[in-house]
Amino acid sequence: MSFDLSSPEALRRGLSGHGYIVDDALAMSVYLALRMQRPLFVEGAPGVGKTMLARVLADALGVELVRLQCHEGLDLAQAAYEWNYPRQLLELQARGGDAASLYREDMLLRRPLLQAIDASRTQAPVLLIDEIDRADEEFESFLLELLAEFQITIPELGTIRAIKRPIVIVTSNRTRDVHDALKRRCLYHWIDYPTAATELAIVRARVPQLADRLAAQVVAFVQRVRREDLAKVPGIAESVDWAEAIALLDLPALAAPAVKATLGLLFKYHDDLDRIRASLEPLLAEAV
Amino acid sequence: MTDPATDVVGFGRALRDAGIGVGLDQLASFATALPLIAIADRREVYCAARTTLVTRREDLVVFDEVFARWFGGDEPASSPRKMPHAPRHDRGFVATSLGAYMAERAAASDPEALIPEAAKAASALERLQSKDFAACSDAERDAIARALATLELSVTRRRSLRRVTARRGRELDLAQAVRQAARRDGTVLVLPRRARKWKRRPLVVLADISGSMELYTRLVLQFLHALSRQHPTEVFVFGTRLTRITPQLALRDLDAALARAAAEIVDYAGGTRIGACLHAFGRRHAGRVVRRGAVVLVISDGLDTGAPEALAREIRSLQGRCYRLVWLNPLLGGAGYQPIAGGMAAALPYVDDFLPVRDLRSLEALAHHLAAIPRRRGARSGGKLS
Repeated sequence: MSFDLSSPEALRRGLSGHGYIVDDALAMSVYLALRMQRPLFVEGAPGVGKTMLARVLADALGVELVRLQCHEGLDLAQAAYEWNYPRQLLELQARGGDAASLYREDMLLRRPLLQAIDASRTQAPVLLIDEIDRADEEFESFLLELLAEFQITIPELGTIRAIKRPIVIVTSNRTRDVHDALKRRCLYHWIDYPTAATELAIVRARVPQLADRLAAQVVAFVQRVRREDLAKVPGIAESVDWAEAIALLDLPALAAPAVKATLGLLFKYHDDLDRIRASLEPLLAEAV
Repeated sequence: MTDPATDVVGFGRALRDAGIGVGLDQLASFATALPLIAIADRREVYCAARTTLVTRREDLVVFDEVFARWFGGDEPASSPRKMPHAPRHDRGFVATSLGAYMAERAAASDPEALIPEAAKAASALERLQSKDFAACSDAERDAIARALATLELSVTRRRSLRRVTARRGRELDLAQAVRQAARRDGTVLVLPRRARKWKRRPLVVLADISGSMELYTRLVLQFLHALSRQHPTEVFVFGTRLTRITPQLALRDLDAALARAAAEIVDYAGGTRIGACLHAFGRRHAGRVVRRGAVVLVISDGLDTGAPEALAREIRSLQGRCYRLVWLNPLLGGAGYQPIAGGMAAALPYVDDFLPVRDLRSLEALAHHLAAIPRRRGARSGGKLS
C-alpha cells in the first residue's frame, strides 16, 4: 500500500487514517525521521502512546515491526546476536579444533537488532527499541554504532550493515536520563499529555461505539483529574480503556455511581483512588 | 541581511549562548531538514528545529524563547494550548526564568575553591574529632572540609542483572567454553561460569538547608562530594520548598550551589516544611532517582512546621521505595535530646538507621556505615537508635 510522505500534514492524515491521532509537532518529527532516515527518540510519561506510534507506523507503511523490549542487564546476546554455542561445541568435537571456521554466518543466532538490519530483507522494517531507560548504560553505548551507522560489528565475523535502513523508534519513560550521545544521533520528541481536542479525537477514533456526548464528558473528566496531585497521572491508554468501559455500560450521561465503579481503569494507585473518590462529585460537576 | 530561516549557524550560536548545547552534527541535521519542509511556514520551521536541535525536555522552554527572539513575531512559537497541563509537568521549569537558566549554564566553568593543605591539618584534626561543627571557627571548618575531601568512601553494592565471567557462578559461560575448547582440539576440560555482576547502589541525598541545618548539610555534602564523582549520586535540598542541585554540584563548587539554592527555597519566616518537601520529591523526582535499590540519606533535625502524620506518611512511602533509609540528625547525641516529639517521633518507625551528624567522628562513622549496609535485604531495623 502507498503512504503519502510528501508533507508533515499528509503524514498526519495518513496516521489518523490508522486511528493514531498526532499533533503537528509530532507529525513533523516522524516526517523528518522518515525523510532523513534518522532514528526518532520519543520521550514522555507512560501511556501517552509512544509504543503505539511504532506499531501504527509499521502498520501504515505495511512493513514488519521488530521490537526489542529493554530491561536491566539486557546484553548483546539478547539484543543483537549470539553464537550457537552448543552447535559449535558439537562441531568442534566431531571434526577437531579449528577455531576460525567456527564463527560463520550460519552459526549466528539473530536477535532483534541484527534481524532489523538483515541484508536479505527486501523491505526495511520498523525497529522499536522500547523503554531504553530500563536498560543500563553499557547497553546504550552499544547502540551508538547501530543508530549512527545502521550497522553492527561482530568481532569474529566483520561488520553487518543494513542495505535498507530500518525506521528506528526509541522510546523512554524517563525513569532516568539517557546519555546525550545517544539522543544526539536521533531526532528528539517529547510527547506531552494531549490537549482536550486531541484527546477527544483519539477517544473517538479508538472507541467509535461511544456516544459523542459521553466521549466529550469522558475526556473533560480525564483532563480535569490530570490537574490533581496524583502519584500516577492517567495517560491516553487509561482514558481509552475507561472510555471502552463507559461504552459498555450504555449510559445516557456520565454519572457518579458509574464513574465510581470504573475508576480502577484510570487510577492504578490506592492513594490516587482514595483522593479522587473523596472529591468525585465536585470534580465531575466541574467536568461535565 | 541574511534570512533568519537560512542562517542556521547564527541560530545555533544563539542557542548555545542561551545554554543549549547544540552540536555541529545537529545543526547539519536542521540544515538537511529545511529543504524538506515549507520554509515560509513559521510553525513548520519551529517543529523541525525543535526535533533536530533539542535533546532534553528541560531545554524546551529556553528553546521556545530563543526561537521567538530569533525568528521574530508576536505569537508564541509553541503550540497554542487551551488546556493547562498537569501541574507537576509544568511547574518545575516554567518557574525558571531564562536569565536564571542562562546564568546557571554559563557558570559551568567556575573554578573549585578547595586547596588541600595537608601538613598542618593532621594534629589540628585530632582536636577536632569530637568538636561540634556548630562550635567550630571558620578556620576549623575549613580544616574539616579538607580532611573530608581525602576520606575514602563507598556505598554498599547490589547484584545487577548483568552477567560477567566468574570463578563460581550459577550459569555456564558457553562462549568461554567454546573458545577454550577450540584451543584444545574440541575437548572441554572445565566449565567456565557466569555470575551476576556487583554494582554500587545509587545514593540519594535529601538535605535540609534551613537555618542552622545549612552548616551540617554543607559538611555532609562536602564529605559526599568526592564520592559523587564516580558514583551515581542525586542531591536535593529543601527548606520551605525542594530543589534538585545535582547538576550544579557536578559543575561548580558546593558553596555557590548551596547559596543559590538557599536564596531560592528558604523562607526564613516560613520554617521548614519537611513533609511537604518530601511529598514534592515523591511526586516529581522519586520515580526517576530512587531506583535500582537506592540508599536514601535524609539530613534534617526533624523540626517540621507541618503535621507529624503527613511527615510519617511521606517517610513511610519513601522507605517503601528505597533499599535503605538513613536519617542524619545533628540534635542526636546532644545533651538531653530525645526524638519523642512531633515530626521526628512520627517518622522514626520508618527510618532504617538513625544516626548523629555533629562532628568529624560522626561523619567517619557514617562512612563506615554506608559501606557496611548489608548487601542483601534482611530485616530492616526501623527507628533503631545507633
